[in-house]
Amino acid sequence: MAQQRLRRGILPACLGVAALTVLSACGGGSSAGGGSGGTDATTTARGPITFVTGKDNSNVWAPTIQKWNSAHPTEKVTLKEQTDSADQQLDDIVQNMQAQNASYDIVTVDVVWTAQFAAKGWLVPLKGAFALDTSKLLKPTVAAATYNGTLYAAPFASDGGLLYYRKDLVPNPPKTLDEMWSMCSIAKAKGIGCYAGQFSKYEGLTVNAAEAMNTYGGKIVDDKGKATVDSPESAKGLQMLADHYKNGDIPKEAVTYTEEPGRIAFEAGKLLFHRNWPYVYNLAKTEGSSTVKDTFGVAPLPGVTGPGASSLGGHSEAITKFSKFKATAFDFLKFIEEDAQQKFFMEQGSLAPVVESIYSDSALVAKYPYLPTLLTSIQNAVPRPVTPFYSAVTKAIEDNSYAAIKGDKPVAQALKDMNSAITAASAG
Amino acid sequence: MSTTIADSTTSGRAQGTPPSRRRKGGLEAGQPRQAFWLVLPTLLLLTVVIVYPLVKAIIMSFQKDSGLDPASGLFVEGGSAGLSNYKHWLLQQCNVAGGGTIPCPAGSLGSQFYDALWVTLFFTVATVVIEIVLGLWFATIMNRTFRGRGLVRAAILIPWAIPTAVTAKLWLFIFAFDGIANHLLGFVGINPLLWTGDAWPARFAVIIADVWKTTPFMALLILAGLQIISADVYEAAAIDGASKWQTFRRITLPMIKVPLMVAVLFRTLDVLRIFDLPWILTQGGGGNGHATSTLSILVINQIRTGFNSASALSTIVFLIIAFAAFLFIKFGGADVVQRPPTVSKPGGRRPFWRRSTTPADPSTDVAADVPATVGK
Repeated sequence: MAQQRLRRGILPACLGVAALTVLSACGGGSSAGGGSGGTDATTTARGPITFVTGKDNSNVWAPTIQKWNSAHPTEKVTLKEQTDSADQQLDDIVQNMQAQNASYDIVTVDVVWTAQFAAKGWLVPLKGAFALDTSKLLKPTVAAATYNGTLYAAPFASDGGLLYYRKDLVPNPPKTLDEMWSMCSIAKAKGIGCYAGQFSKYEGLTVNAAEAMNTYGGKIVDDKGKATVDSPESAKGLQMLADHYKNGDIPKEAVTYTEEPGRIAFEAGKLLFHRNWPYVYNLAKTEGSSTVKDTFGVAPLPGVTGPGASSLGGHSEAITKFSKFKATAFDFLKFIEEDAQQKFFMEQGSLAPVVESIYSDSALVAKYPYLPTLLTSIQNAVPRPVTPFYSAVTKAIEDNSYAAIKGDKPVAQALKDMNSAITAASAG
Repeated sequence: MSTTIADSTTSGRAQGTPPSRRRKGGLEAGQPRQAFWLVLPTLLLLTVVIVYPLVKAIIMSFQKDSGLDPASGLFVEGGSAGLSNYKHWLLQQCNVAGGGTIPCPAGSLGSQFYDALWVTLFFTVATVVIEIVLGLWFATIMNRTFRGRGLVRAAILIPWAIPTAVTAKLWLFIFAFDGIANHLLGFVGINPLLWTGDAWPARFAVIIADVWKTTPFMALLILAGLQIISADVYEAAAIDGASKWQTFRRITLPMIKVPLMVAVLFRTLDVLRIFDLPWILTQGGGGNGHATSTLSILVINQIRTGFNSASALSTIVFLIIAFAAFLFIKFGGADVVQRPPTVSKPGGRRPFWRRSTTPADPSTDVAADVPATVGK
């Protein structure tokens, strides 16, 4: 009975599949690329647009858009919030772009998605009529929004790693990595962990592994997107993490740390040094459970001789190819780069400005003493690999550096595998 | 299927068989046509929600993912792929720039197919076996009459009522480095484990959490089977001097075989496509970086990289699961479609106890004495 049913079902299905495969093979070849901007009517058209961004937890966008709307009653901006999960935001944008949704006028792009969206031809290049003045902006934030030599998005907020340290135990923060590791004896005497970043197997590990390798001068991919990670410089960086994990300077549980467990451990006084993002500062200062409120300080990430190379975080805003009112969208991009808005983002949402001069604003620095440190971090930051195949590349980095740090795989082998996995990923 | 089953099905259903089969013409002559129109909306709905996505996925699996044009730096459509997407997963062939293939390097998704397959099968076997044992035990407890039975039943069922995502988060806290699990291990002098970091602890963390969550489901289905066994049967067995073990093997087990096999089938299919629990607990990590990556996790990871290749993978996963279901229905007796578990009918005993189709020595076969009682 079951067999009969099966057989009856399979034959037509196979025929259908065969027929449709032939059809679609014949009908193939419609290009996904080709988003060269063009000079159609939508380039100069103005009108109401939609602004798409991840969940606005710190309520920066509603007031900003209100401000814009009262000044531009005929070119109103509507806010469309996505979820607060980066993966879901990415999926949402990808689906809407594949559906050529014209109501996604401006999309908020995580720095690591820029290349993929640009290569798919979904973003309007910011050149010609849409040339954006980037002279005031921090260079790494511009580099992260650039693909193949063309700017595709307007940096909106940046982010860089900071070294949180216990100033009651180490009065002067370490400037170099060697200095930091030599201070681990202090942690050992106190019975606490010495250093931890985000070493759980997720995007945060890519950030941390890339920082270690970039700091020693390694490069994950070159300007053409070719894998160059299998180098002696990268090996030094990754080896450092593996060695210090093995000797206990990096506590055993650090391979389960994402941002939050790491922050909680630091606030509980269990870590001497902790690499994390600027959002930790306010929490560690004010949160009830923090035992280090007055005993922690912030320093740039240590490097080989000077500041280390942080991985760059943050978001940019890009105009989509399907927008009907691109001129309005471009004006809105210029609007968010203005000092007033950038300052508001910082004050309201602790979002690191992309305009360099704001870091020396005395009123802001008085309120957020870590700003100059953050500026150093961002100035020395290296964007994560700019490649259209980012999801596969980050997977290759995560898997192999995780195995290397835990000592499950020799560093040399891990880098070799990482290199060929990135190469394979880029071949599609 | 053996003839015994067919026979007994017919006899068991004698009263319920549509008369149209026996009576030609008459009042019910138009029934088949009427039935067709009644079933049609369902068929259309199934076509839209099941057949279309399935066929679409299969079509996509024969197309290449869009590749990068080195000159413009833009993506271009990949065109027809032939079988290359399937070869990619099954034979571990990764493309290299400029054509040709190499064995997929570690850290690429392609290299993880067989690891993911074994891990998924391991999860399936381990969780289902543990769940059968625990489920039987729980069901037996719930089936007894004692003070506070309602409370015990409720307590056993609670884990099933909690959404999987919440369960996974709960266990994530339990398995945190300074979580309860490690504290408990500390009491017996075991050093704290990296529950979500090392390969085997991570795998067992997933198994423990899954067993905790889904044993109630198993217990519930088994309980339904237990409750239809008449007390008379046990009484008769007791009079015949059957031991506890004999009673269990010869009466309880055969009587609950159908609900048990249905439960096992559901659970097996469930675990074969498990995603949420390991994803939240470990992101598929542990050990070498993918020690708890199941097939579904691999599919989701691949979707972010290339739809068409992911379609090929999900088609492979679909075939694996369909094959497992086929095996169960064909050989396991988990006949979900044809024979709903209505055991209490006279003679209904036979199909559930395959062995009794061969004549057994009445002097030793306790079950053989049972029909006298059951048949009334």
